Amino acid sequence: MNAFFETNIGILILTVLESLALIVPLLIGVAYLTYAERRVMGAIQLRKGPNMVGPFGLMQPFADALKMLMKETIIPTGADRILFVLAPMITFGLAVVAWAVIPVNNHWAIANINVGILYLFAVSSLGVYGIIIAGWASNSKYAFFGALRSAAQMVSYEVSMGFVIVTVLLCVGSLNLNDIVLAQRHIWFAIPLFPLFIIFFISGLAETNRAPFDLAEGESEIVAGFFVEYSAMSFALFFLGEYANMILISAMTTTLFLGGWLSPIPFAPFTMVPGVLWFLLKVMICLFVFIWVRATLPRLRYDQLMALGWKVFLPITLVYLVLVAGVMEYCGWLPHA
Amino acid sequence: MIANIVFDIVALILLVSAVMVVTSRNPVHAVLFLIVAFLNAAVLFLLAGAEFLAFILAIVYVGAVAVLFMFVVMMLDVDFSALRQGFQRYAPIGALVALALFGELALVFAAFQLSPGAAASRLYPAPQHVTNTVALGELIYTHYLVLFQLSGIILLVAMIGAIVLTHRERKRAKRQDLLAQHARTPAQTLSMVRAGLGQGAEIPDEKKETIR
Repeated sequence: MNAFFETNIGILILTVLESLALIVPLLIGVAYLTYAERRVMGAIQLRKGPNMVGPFGLMQPFADALKMLMKETIIPTGADRILFVLAPMITFGLAVVAWAVIPVNNHWAIANINVGILYLFAVSSLGVYGIIIAGWASNSKYAFFGALRSAAQMVSYEVSMGFVIVTVLLCVGSLNLNDIVLAQRHIWFAIPLFPLFIIFFISGLAETNRAPFDLAEGESEIVAGFFVEYSAMSFALFFLGEYANMILISAMTTTLFLGGWLSPIPFAPFTMVPGVLWFLLKVMICLFVFIWVRATLPRLRYDQLMALGWKVFLPITLVYLVLVAGVMEYCGWLPHA
Repeated sequence: MIANIVFDIVALILLVSAVMVVTSRNPVHAVLFLIVAFLNAAVLFLLAGAEFLAFILAIVYVGAVAVLFMFVVMMLDVDFSALRQGFQRYAPIGALVALALFGELALVFAAFQLSPGAAASRLYPAPQHVTNTVALGELIYTHYLVLFQLSGIILLVAMIGAIVLTHRERKRAKRQDLLAQHARTPAQTLSMVRAGLGQGAEIPDEKKETIR
């Protein structure tokens, strides 16, 4: 049997199975994240949230999915038909593709590649295309405004995100995600790099266009931003893409700063727990903060958003990078030195 | 075997999309084809085993440069009929330019040869335990440090130039000055005014400055 999995077809089958084992739980996770968001926000705002479909409203995501499937897909006149249909697929596809390199346990990644973090950064920087193409192809002013806003926003916050990642890489000495987690055996990077951890998470909020950075949607000014013209399944794909991106950013935060699958308490009963569970728990905590932030904070004004990205985060991350490099060189802590 | 097939497919897509960049009527489509070309070039790098260059290409060109490029192209108000006007008049000049460029390229490629240094280094295949990210870093930050710094300075000059050329004071824009806002006290902005019946209130002169 093992010999079979060494052949080309065996590797292919194995990869497909591994991908399914990741994508199916991911999609269910996305479905229940929409439910969790509505319930948690309901609790925060002292109301009930969806509780009618199934026990505790647990079947609500499937009811929503069914409703979306039954709706009519409307393509506006004057829209660029091919790009209009392509845009939600790009958004959702990229959000799923990025998961190929995330290690959910020691060496449990579909592709344990040398430059895993670069792959993640590249895929998340491509995410802007789904939005900008959707905004342009809709041939609508509101959609176009939303697209322009989000393009400027995502490009701005990627810069400081890049510097945060470089600082983490400096402490690890490898671009491999598995190595990044293993480097946190003694101390999670969230502790020595605490300001960067916060900056990374906030940039993640901006990168996923979530509140308080959801100016791309901005329903009070530009209706629904880049996806005003979308309906039925193409709308659902955008929606799912947003939530998949949230889970992805949470997984990135977990891997880079919260020690991935490592147990938070490093002795016997806790290290026996499978790493996947610790990973999931940390991802869920991050997701809860995502929802918490959305329910608590008002949306930023556009100039405030840009000022935060360029005048606050960029200088802080830049100085912190130089500082960390200096300290590590001085103390001789640099890996592979 | 499989790598060869993938190479053929990716190279084909790269060439086709490169042609489409030039021929497509809609500028936005042209930029999108350019992005497809970039991505396929990145895959070619991957196939060659240069994963670091591949992802840097994707991050820098696709993730940043092309986004801004598309940003600009989308906002252009292009009149397509005006674009097509005078095509026949300018066609001979265009053909001439194309011919000149083609001639230059032909000359360059005719004289192309591997440098002796490169040929020698092919005798020593890359060591297995050094990833190409590490290998690249060890070269750039030691042998080519001066060139690396120089290219950085050239980019910096280009950036400063672009900012100087485009920056202007926008007098009409309202800006938020956080420091001024936080430093403000109620004494500077608030004053109790007794408004008489049918007379309304008058803002004291010393407060007029701070109240907007």
